[in-house]
Amino acid sequence: MRWYHIDRFVEFVSGQRAVSIKTVSLTEDHIHDYWPGYPIFPSTLIVEGLAQTGGLLVGEMVGFERCVILAKVSRATFHELAVPGDRLTYTATLETQTPEGAIIKGTSHKDDILQAEINLVFGFIPERMEGVQQFYPADFLATMRKFGMFDVLQTPEGEPKLPPAFMLEAEKEALESGILGDEIAPPSA
Amino acid sequence: MAPSSEEIYKTVNEILDETLVPDDPVKPESTLLGDLGAESIDFLDIMHQLEKSFDLSLNREDFYPDDILTDEQFVQEGRVTDAGVAALKERMPYADLSSFENDPSLKNFGDLLTVQDLCQMVVHKLALGGDAE
Repeated sequence: MRWYHIDRFVEFVSGQRAVSIKTVSLTEDHIHDYWPGYPIFPSTLIVEGLAQTGGLLVGEMVGFERCVILAKVSRATFHELAVPGDRLTYTATLETQTPEGAIIKGTSHKDDILQAEINLVFGFIPERMEGVQQFYPADFLATMRKFGMFDVLQTPEGEPKLPPAFMLEAEKEALESGILGDEIAPPSA
Repeated sequence: MAPSSEEIYKTVNEILDETLVPDDPVKPESTLLGDLGAESIDFLDIMHQLEKSFDLSLNREDFYPDDILTDEQFVQEGRVTDAGVAALKERMPYADLSSFENDPSLKNFGDLLTVQDLCQMVVHKLALGGDAE
């Protein structure tokens, strides 16, 4: 199992808002373990899904050059349960940003129904950790492509936006050296 | 129309209750870190809520003036000098620094701001027109 709690981005406006979808499936193990006998999608993983959506919104905003951590769940209110077969739409909207971090206002909708409201505070890892590589750029970019981020990423003016140059360069090197397999090769590479 | 002192205190109280969820009731003399358990990241949240509620613009230095507290002219051997205290008073007229003046050790500054100071900060900023200094 992989720690992906969103399936795909459907909207991503740099520095403003990101919308992702998560389809709840009965095949997910945690659904069976959360309330045994009553399969529901754990609310904590809805928080995680919005944290992934919002965290990537914050990370993209700074060109993925700073490490972003979820620092605080300011508010988490759940109005509806999520069960297998539901498609959740997570919307993360940037409320504010400072040199120390950012605040995201998040919602989860089940069709047109407001399922949850979750506000999150993200922090940038302090300067003493800057320069410590937290991930391999080519791997990270491959994951973002799986999420379809760059299919929908655009500037606030509506222009398509490419991944950061350092990630594209790392991806090119990885492809040339055969580290990245064909199955995760970028469609336009 | 500017909010009254009572309205400011009530709103600040609500913000602190929601952002910090303290074990004990919020009182005017409660310190944000020591009494209410705020952590550094909470200040981002508190700052944002204050900005939204009062239509203000704040920055981190309003809570912790890094530039003064890391300046060798103002801090020597872990203690804030007289000139440093004067600079803090000028920068933070809303903060009650009287107890800090008795023992201006840098480590004492972290747990200085009280709920009342936060209310005074709002009054001060509103009087300046709401902008960050």
